[in-house]
Amino acid sequence: MHKPSNKKRIAIFLLLGVAIYFLSGAVDELRVYQGASVAVFVVGIASIILLTGYSGQVSLGQGALLGVGGYAAALMRIHFNTPIWICFAVAILAAAVAGALLGLAAARLSGPYLAGTTLAFAVGLPSVANQFQLLGGEQGLLFDVGFPPLSFGEDFTQYKWFFWIASLATLIAIFWLQNVMRSRYGRSWKAVRGNDVAAELAGINLTRNKTLAFTLSAGLAGLSGALLAMTIGTVSPSAFPLALSFSLLTGAVLAGVTTLGGVMIGAVTLVAIPDIAGAVASRFGSSEAVTNNLPGLLVSALLILTVLFVPNGPVEQFRARREHRVNK
Amino acid sequence: MIQLLNTILIGVTSGAIYALMAMAIVLVWRSTRVINFAQAGLALASTYIGYEALQIVDNYWIALICAMFAGAAISAFIEITFMRILLKHTSSGPIASVAPIIATLGLLGIIKALITMIWGGQDAVIKPPLTNTGFSIGTHTLVFSPMKLAIIVSVALLVFVFSLIFQKTNIGLALRASAYAPEIARLAGVKVDLVRTLGWALSGASGAAAGLLLTSNGNGAFSPESAEFSLLFISGFIAAVVGGLDSLVGAVIGGIFLGLITAFVLMYISGSLFFIAPFVVLLLVLFIRPQGIIGVKAGRRA
Amino acid sequence: MSLIVKNLTVDHGAIRAISEVSFTVETGKLSAVIGANGAGKSTLLRTLSGLNKATEGSAHWGEHNLLHGKPESHVRSGVSHVSEGKSVVAELTVEENLDLGALWRRNKKEAAESKKQTLELFPRLGERLGQRADTLSGGERQMLAIGRALMSKPNLLLLDEPSLGLAPLVIEQIFQTIRGIVDSMNLTVVLVEQNAMGALKIADTAVVLNLGRVATSGSAADLIADPAVRAAYLGY
Repeated sequence: MHKPSNKKRIAIFLLLGVAIYFLSGAVDELRVYQGASVAVFVVGIASIILLTGYSGQVSLGQGALLGVGGYAAALMRIHFNTPIWICFAVAILAAAVAGALLGLAAARLSGPYLAGTTLAFAVGLPSVANQFQLLGGEQGLLFDVGFPPLSFGEDFTQYKWFFWIASLATLIAIFWLQNVMRSRYGRSWKAVRGNDVAAELAGINLTRNKTLAFTLSAGLAGLSGALLAMTIGTVSPSAFPLALSFSLLTGAVLAGVTTLGGVMIGAVTLVAIPDIAGAVASRFGSSEAVTNNLPGLLVSALLILTVLFVPNGPVEQFRARREHRVNK
Repeated sequence: MIQLLNTILIGVTSGAIYALMAMAIVLVWRSTRVINFAQAGLALASTYIGYEALQIVDNYWIALICAMFAGAAISAFIEITFMRILLKHTSSGPIASVAPIIATLGLLGIIKALITMIWGGQDAVIKPPLTNTGFSIGTHTLVFSPMKLAIIVSVALLVFVFSLIFQKTNIGLALRASAYAPEIARLAGVKVDLVRTLGWALSGASGAAAGLLLTSNGNGAFSPESAEFSLLFISGFIAAVVGGLDSLVGAVIGGIFLGLITAFVLMYISGSLFFIAPFVVLLLVLFIRPQGIIGVKAGRRA
Repeated sequence: MSLIVKNLTVDHGAIRAISEVSFTVETGKLSAVIGANGAGKSTLLRTLSGLNKATEGSAHWGEHNLLHGKPESHVRSGVSHVSEGKSVVAELTVEENLDLGALWRRNKKEAAESKKQTLELFPRLGERLGQRADTLSGGERQMLAIGRALMSKPNLLLLDEPSLGLAPLVIEQIFQTIRGIVDSMNLTVVLVEQNAMGALKIADTAVVLNLGRVATSGSAADLIADPAVRAAYLGY
């Protein structure tokens, strides 16, 4: 299987950056905003691909880790008024620490125990915000990244600014993640995922291996959370509900949980579904109850169908079929 | 003194409800080695069906039985259609262990969406058959009420019936054998697939009872977004793990245990730690005794 | 009723476990299947009882096609398989293990009769009815496994290495019991064994499997006398 060299990959990412630049000029406000949302999901889904696809650990609590990142960024901004990039860095760090702690607990667990623990985490953590006034209680806190620099001109909108920041952060994050996955850490995760008894016998420290995956994955989740906070402008417990964790997991499965290649597919699908659902619902003139819940229904149905029929994700399926044909 | 009594009684009451949900989870785990996350939605759906039944028959206990039948039927249906296909398609591959989790989560999403579509997001109310005004002891009024007592008695009855089924009947023997050693059971002529469906049905019934009784533990109001219902599944799951995922007795003990601890935390430490207490209990148990209170340490099979 | 196996071929993924195996066992006869480890003996029994899927060939017990249907259905046609290893359910009691074999039977009176007979055959089980199966010794467990199989009212009994891990004296007992069952109940038995000598001594006919194929077959007496068989499996 051919893997592009580092120089090639940098070139690809630069190209993507340029393409995004032109794209943002060509589309309307709504799409730009959706683009920012896509970026949020790309990073979030990537964090799950790292954790579940590579390291084989199921976490239902990624949403809570996004929350940690979002709150950290907001707090930095409010209390210290630091530049955006510092806020993001702190968000990553805070989430990574939370992830490390969760990972230490999780390293000894597997399967349903792990799922259940992260589920409890996902439900428990947001309610911590309700406890402390510092965290803004139920209404939450504002996260204001400020206006785009005047040098960009009058027409440069707020949303476009979000989109640029999000895209840049995402490109860097994904590039970094790809590096990590190709490194010996990536290989050791795959080894543990395949057969952890054998991996341990081969000298891999299971606890460290798994905790590292959790930590890095959480850092990414924190970045995603900070980006999310940026696009919606606030952080509050209701911005990081259990449903968010489920959506990310869904997106990861749609993307093909074991590889990074399909991450765009997953992210775009997640953003597109509310749109499609809305269109379908209004076509049939349904009640409000139906309209509100159709996205959830579609996402869940899509999730089930994907797990049943395309378990490795469309990208992997396509690759496998192509190899099969070559080998014949 | 009164506060202590209140705490214990409240703890046992919610613990009893957790125990029912824990049993539901254990029943599916034993027969299929899957945690059925959809059980959370199933309990809610069964409760709504119980609500509809109540409108028709106007008798709480009959409505409860209807809800249990509904839960059993839906659960069996899911096993026959969904789980069999799922397990066949995903028995191998990198996400083999993850697939059932994700799939049942997807199922949960569908169920929840359907419920909200059918019944709307409004609160429905199932009026508890007995009063929720506390008993009086002398000049003090307990929080513990006739309704709560009825809940405890109902759960005790259900647990008794379940254990009777499992320990004393032929069906129970088939259920246990199929869970412990499915291959040997097959060779003995037991229709293991049918038995497994039955296990799921019992699970659905237990979950349904948990859901309905849960509403009666409060003022009877519930909706798809009810915090209590989200917590019900998680608490049931934690109770099951605490009790040792493989044991029904453990599920009951785990439920009562969790209920008591949560009650004490709420009463003596802080009311808003409601969501965090179960999580802490879970972590503690998993650290100290990962196989649960009753569980047997599983050997690593390479 | 006879057991007729023709050209049976079974694959485990890419590996051919059994290749074109054919043999016949007449009613009321005991046929031993011997061979080295990995020769395919267990796979053969598992295919006959429906646990494994056959790739090619046929296997019939009387009119009943053994290659179609789930194992549970074969039991109802009189096939009872005691699989290798601990073929008892450890968590259940001795009595429950026995009752397990009779669960499918409609006629509860006949089932009770079977239980009485089985306990007469294995009195030691009768002493331990309330005990958990995993508290039994190896020999007792094997008796329980065979007893459970008998409770299913079989006319074809498939036994997979009953002597495995047992002391010589106990092995002797088990083999004698098996021969006794064949004679008194007119059962047809296929006995897979690594203990070739013990198996051949009680068998009527035998099949020798080597690397998934039939190396030789015939009456047990002939095979005991066969120098090739003696050299390879009987040690002299």
